[in-house]
Amino acid sequence: MSHKVTIPIGPYHSLQEEPEFYQLTVDGETVIDIDVRIGYVHRGIEKLAESMSYHKIIFLVERICGICSTSHPIASVQAIEDAGGIEVPDRALYIRTIVAELERLHSHMLWLGLAGHFLGYNTVWMWAWKYREIVCDLFEAITGSRQSYAMMKVGGVQRDIEDEYIPGLIKGMDDTLRALDMFKGAVLDDPVLGARLKGIGILSKEDALSYSALGPTSRASGVDKDVRRDDPYAAYDRVKWNVITQKEGDVFAKAVIRILEMYESVSIIKQCVQKMPKGSIDSNPKEIPPGEGIGHAEAPRGEVFHYIRSDGTNSPARYKVRAPTYMNFPTFKATVIGETISDATIILAAIDPCYCCTERKMTAVNQKTRKRSFTGDDMIKLSQEKTRRLYKRMTGKELR
Amino acid sequence: MSIKLKALLKSPWVFHLCSGSCNNCDIEILDCITPRYDIERFGMLLVGSVRHADVLLCTGIVNKLGESRVKRIYNQTPKPCLVVAVGNCANSQGVFRGSYACGKPLDQVIPVDIYIPGCPPKPEAIILGVVKLIEKIKGKKK
Repeated sequence: MSHKVTIPIGPYHSLQEEPEFYQLTVDGETVIDIDVRIGYVHRGIEKLAESMSYHKIIFLVERICGICSTSHPIASVQAIEDAGGIEVPDRALYIRTIVAELERLHSHMLWLGLAGHFLGYNTVWMWAWKYREIVCDLFEAITGSRQSYAMMKVGGVQRDIEDEYIPGLIKGMDDTLRALDMFKGAVLDDPVLGARLKGIGILSKEDALSYSALGPTSRASGVDKDVRRDDPYAAYDRVKWNVITQKEGDVFAKAVIRILEMYESVSIIKQCVQKMPKGSIDSNPKEIPPGEGIGHAEAPRGEVFHYIRSDGTNSPARYKVRAPTYMNFPTFKATVIGETISDATIILAAIDPCYCCTERKMTAVNQKTRKRSFTGDDMIKLSQEKTRRLYKRMTGKELR
Repeated sequence: MSIKLKALLKSPWVFHLCSGSCNNCDIEILDCITPRYDIERFGMLLVGSVRHADVLLCTGIVNKLGESRVKRIYNQTPKPCLVVAVGNCANSQGVFRGSYACGKPLDQVIPVDIYIPGCPPKPEAIILGVVKLIEKIKGKKK
C-alpha cells in the first residue's frame, strides 16, 4: 500500500542561506513529486532600473546577487554598450576578465564548501571557505571590497589594477592552485563522497537540452556550451582555455566540472596578467542613443542575459534580466523524482541555486486590453469574489 | 539584567534570517563561522531552528511576501531574544528603497537591538557589532 506524505521545506531554514519553499511529495523514502515556490527575495529590480540613470544601474544590478556580483554588471554594461555602440579599451577588457574569473573561483569554492556541508562533510566546508579567503583578499586588494566589487562601468572599468598588485595576484593564484590540488585529491578520490554522489540525480543530455539547462548543470550532462567561447566577450578570445564537459550528468560530474573549471580560471587570470596592455581603462561615453541592446556573460551558474531598450534619455525604457537559476530550476523535475529524501538535498544544491538572481514577479495580462490587470493582491480579490458569487447563486443570500 | 538574559550572553546561539537580501551579507555571516574568523570559539553557534535561537541576524529588505513571515519567526523565537540588523538593506532598505516590492523597514516590523551598516559589512564588522551589543546589555547591569 502506498502512502503519500508531503514534506514542506522552508521558506526560512538553515539548509541554504536564502529563503525558498520546496514541497516534496514522498512515498516511503522515495520522492515522487516536487514543487518549488519562490518570491521571498523579490525586490523589483527591473522596475527600479527603469527609474535610474545608466551609471546607477550598474550598482543596482550588482545587488541582484552577491555571489555573481560581477557577471550581472558585465552583462549590463555590455547591453548598454551594445545599445550605444560604445568601444571599450583593451586594458579594461582584460581587467573585466580577471575580475570575472576571480569571481568564478570564489563562487565555485563557496559551492564546494556548501555541498560538503549538505553531505555532512563539514571538513570540506571549512577547508573550501578557508582557501576562499585568499580570493577574497585579492578582491579587497584590487577592487577595494570583499563582495560587490563595483568594478564595471559603461565604456570601461572603474579602477585600474595597479602594477604593485600584480605580484600579489600571481602569488594568490599559486596558493589557490595548491589548494585546488588538495581539493581534487580529497574530494574526487574520496571513496565515501564517490559512493554518495556518483549515480544520483542524473540529468540526461536530452533532458538538459529540453529544459534549457545552463552552465555547469548542462556541461555536466555533456552539453558543450559556454558563452565565453561561443560568443566571446571581454578578453576570453585572446587567451587559451578549455570548456570542461562531463558525460555522466550526476552530482559527482557537477562537482568535477566545478573543480576543473577553477583550474581553467587560474590559467586565464595568469595569461591575462601577462598579456594586459598599458593604456586607458575608460572610453568615457557621453550619450546612449535610442535603440536596443543585449549583453550576456557566463556567470558561475550559467548564462546571465540582460536586455535594454533606450529611448534617448539617461535611463532605460525597459530593462530585462534572465538569470541562470531560473532556467536550471525545472531540471529538478528530471533529477529529484525517484531518488530518496536523503539524496534530495544534495541534488537540489547541485545546480548551485541562487534565488536572489531568480525572483521574478508574475502578473496576468488581459488579452483584450493588453493591460496588466492582475497582481497577487488582485488574484486574492478575484478568488474572494468568486466565492461570493457562488455563495449567492447557491444560497440566494449575500456573503457577509 | 534578568537571569535569562545573563545565561543568553554566555553563549549566544544565532539564527540567520534572510528576507530579501542579495546574498552578500549572508555569505559574510557564514564567513564568520569559517576558519579565518571562527566565532564559534566565543561560543556563538549558527543554529538550524529559530526555536533554539537567542539572536536573530536579519539581512535584506523585508519584502511584502516576507513581512508576515518575519513577524511570525520573531514570535516563535524564545524570549528574551536579540535582533541584529545586518547590512544597509536591513537598516534602511539601501539601494532598493522605493521599489514596489519593499514593505516596511525591518525595525518597523520587529524591534531591532543593533544596526550594522555596510554593503556588505565585513565579517570583522559583524563580529564587532555583536560584541558591542553584548557590552551594551552588560552595561545596563551596572
